[in-house]
Amino acid sequence: MASLSSADAGEHAHSWTNVLAVDAPANPWLSGDYVRDNREQLQELLLEHIVLTVETIVIAVLIAFPLAILAHRFSRLATPVLSTTGVLYTVPSLALFAFIAPFTGLRARTVLIGLVMYALLILVRNILAGLDGVPDDVLEAAQGMGYGRARMLWRVELPVALPTIMAGVRVATVSTVALVTVGVVVGYGGLGLLIIRGFQTFYRAEIVTASLLTVALGLTLDLLLAGVTRLLTPWARSRS
Amino acid sequence: MNVLGEAVVWLNDPLNWQGRNGVPFLAYEHLYISGAAALLAALVALPTALTLGHIGRGGGLTVSVTNVTRAIPTLALLTVFAATAIGFGNRATIIALSLFAVPPLLTNAYVGIRGVDRDVVEAARGMGMSGTSILFRVELPLAVPLIAAGLRTAAVQVVATATLAALVGGGGLGKIINSGFGQQDPGQYVAGGILVAVLALLTEGLLALLQRQVTPAHERVGSRRVQRRGHDAVGASAPGRAAEDEPVSVS
Repeated sequence: MASLSSADAGEHAHSWTNVLAVDAPANPWLSGDYVRDNREQLQELLLEHIVLTVETIVIAVLIAFPLAILAHRFSRLATPVLSTTGVLYTVPSLALFAFIAPFTGLRARTVLIGLVMYALLILVRNILAGLDGVPDDVLEAAQGMGYGRARMLWRVELPVALPTIMAGVRVATVSTVALVTVGVVVGYGGLGLLIIRGFQTFYRAEIVTASLLTVALGLTLDLLLAGVTRLLTPWARSRS
Repeated sequence: MNVLGEAVVWLNDPLNWQGRNGVPFLAYEHLYISGAAALLAALVALPTALTLGHIGRGGGLTVSVTNVTRAIPTLALLTVFAATAIGFGNRATIIALSLFAVPPLLTNAYVGIRGVDRDVVEAARGMGMSGTSILFRVELPLAVPLIAAGLRTAAVQVVATATLAALVGGGGLGKIINSGFGQQDPGQYVAGGILVAVLALLTEGLLALLQRQVTPAHERVGSRRVQRRGHDAVGASAPGRAAEDEPVSVS
């Protein structure tokens, strides 16, 4: 109990900020003035956020595909590949950035490497699940038609696995958009910069605007990818 | 630049193991925040999931809760809470983290209850068991392995996310990393990173053991029966299938 009450003391140490929150007269949650006055910066950081997200997903997909295909071909590799990416996923992002930063410096690259490591688990898992989920009779039919390994992968396995793969890409994208904000500790967090700055200056409109923009960005990219999935899998549409 | 050496030096400095900014107190604070958040989430999620699973409704709800929370950055919610009447500090952190722990608990428990063989439920009903006793004496025991899986996912995620509390004035081991970055002291932030990573991996390992304990041998992942058809996908088209171990939102 003694240590519990000292935790409470920690909260009281911050209570002056609470007083500020109650007393400050004009600190609205949303403000058109804020958006107008900071339009350029909002656009700039939104762009940084988008660029970091897209780069992350493209690089992660490029790494995840060979890994997943290897794990699919040689099932002995599946467990080591999945558990390595699993361990990377368990390490909290802040710790991951702390490990990478000494080698890459406080740069966008540090955030990028960390985010790619996170996206890998989701992508590898879904690509592998998609490939493993192709029905045996489909494979046998393709074999019977004289498909070779490469052509089978490209023309049969990947298309059949596409919905599962795209589901993974969507989850990875949305998670990455949310995670970019943590990059603020190494100076590249896209809209996360405004969230933390708004927190430090206790500017509610800044916190809420940046948060809403981040959520909106995640949902927009998710919808876009859902549309892409529909375009890429016309057969799934006619079936349902 | 030997950062690892600097980190070891930092970890060996007795000053870093004393007082309110020392490793033991911050680790305790980290676990206290995580435990409280996981408990709060379980109190909300489990009764909801058991009820919905028992009456067989709300599958869409669990999926949409998961999807929406995934898009919300933890940092944003922590900051927004700090700016409300909840205020700064550990209370805001606990509430924010518990919100993110709800989806894995909810989904797994729901899928666990729904996944119980309908024949078994029919047999129980035929024996004259009431709805409540079917839930508590048939469905719940059979759903325990999946509920444990959800608890593990949620707890690991909470321990990982609790690190972020330091960015908004909260406590826990994240403080070491955050102030290390603030002072541009690589030895300190790498040391903090090591501590946080070890705590997260330990939590994962311990809860994996616990999950194994409550899972019947033939259902364990890695047993031949389950491994036959590959690995679960995340967020795949069939919402139920992917429940176990699904990473829900990242920290």
